[in-house]
Amino acid sequence: MSIDQFIENFTDLFDETDPDTINETTSFKDLEEWSSLLALSVIAMIDEEYDVEFRGEDIRNSNTVEDLYNIVKSRVE
Amino acid sequence: MGIKALTACVPQDIVYNKDLGYLIPEEEIEKTINNIGIEQRRIAAPDVTASDLCFKAAQQLFADNNIEPDSIDVLLFMSQTADYRIPATSCLLQHRLGLPRETLCFDITLGCSGYLFALSAAFAYASMEGVNRVLLLDGETFSKIVNRRDKVDWPLYGDAGTATLIEKGEYGDSTFILNTDGSGEDTLKIHAGMRNPITAESCVEREREDGNIRTDLEVYMDGMDVFNFAISKVPKSVKQLLKETERSVEDLDYLVFHQANRFMMDFFVKKLKVSPDKVPYCIHKFGNTSSASVPLTISSELSGRLAGDNLVLMSGFGAGLSWGSAIMNMRDCNVSPVIEY
Repeated sequence: MSIDQFIENFTDLFDETDPDTINETTSFKDLEEWSSLLALSVIAMIDEEYDVEFRGEDIRNSNTVEDLYNIVKSRVE
Repeated sequence: MGIKALTACVPQDIVYNKDLGYLIPEEEIEKTINNIGIEQRRIAAPDVTASDLCFKAAQQLFADNNIEPDSIDVLLFMSQTADYRIPATSCLLQHRLGLPRETLCFDITLGCSGYLFALSAAFAYASMEGVNRVLLLDGETFSKIVNRRDKVDWPLYGDAGTATLIEKGEYGDSTFILNTDGSGEDTLKIHAGMRNPITAESCVEREREDGNIRTDLEVYMDGMDVFNFAISKVPKSVKQLLKETERSVEDLDYLVFHQANRFMMDFFVKKLKVSPDKVPYCIHKFGNTSSASVPLTISSELSGRLAGDNLVLMSGFGAGLSWGSAIMNMRDCNVSPVIEY
């Protein structure tokens, strides 16, 4: 799996945020559009695209998009 | 055996999620309503309990189907919001409904998956010699155990009571798959009980995670963990049931999910590649009514649509963690429309 693809999948979940403003170092919880419901979309996306179970604590323990990617990557392999 | 008849009763008082401005920023309310799919919910008055709603549903069921109370052999009451801690509410309902003293009565307590588990018990009793009819009353009043300043839980829950009559007869096969994983006990929980005895402190409202307010006597839910649990377990459970009964999703006439939230059910529909017109929703009108939601959805959306033979799959999931699905042929099931208390 590639981080670029992961960022694209992640970015697709946002409606109002400019995709160009999201990269691996983005602190996603600081994005204005971030919400608890968007967190559910992230969990659903990770299940669908990577078949990985993602828990609430995984979201809580992550700050950047790369943190999310690293957790998913560690479970895919 | 099979389901002969089904009724449901909701309180007449309506709470609108568009009025949640005190809890959710105004600009986010519409988006929240669209995502969870809940516009309004029914809330029981302070002096109305789950057993009251079930009582009225049962009376309607008796009237609509010419059922004599004497003909009921087993009464099961499934709820987490019983009238009293002692005695079991099913005993009170036996007396109130005028059922004979020979009636076997007990309560079942389980989360949002409860209807499937209670229904399996009802089917098991109905298969026994000496039992002809089982009355399953499933009702919840989560409005009494959710804090109005808990922004995770309060927009979701509504109250309802239902009655399902299970009877011996030529209905065709029914198959259940019922699962449990108690390692997830903290995902959905009311802290106070015998493990954490109730004191004056338990009744004090406190600020919790993310500014949510609740007492130790009210429901806590980790929304993200529940979501992860449901999307990883429910589609698999449905697929396993179809595989073991050698059916495909196309064979189903209806697939009735526990109405948790719209976003989650849409995910199941997509994941299972099931045609949306086979999946009834009543969540926009009634919210998440916990274990009552499967029979409430049948009453609300399938009344008049279950004549003849219909292959129906039902699926529930919730606190425990606990999840289950059942597939059954429903033959001329008489479903009455939802009534009000």
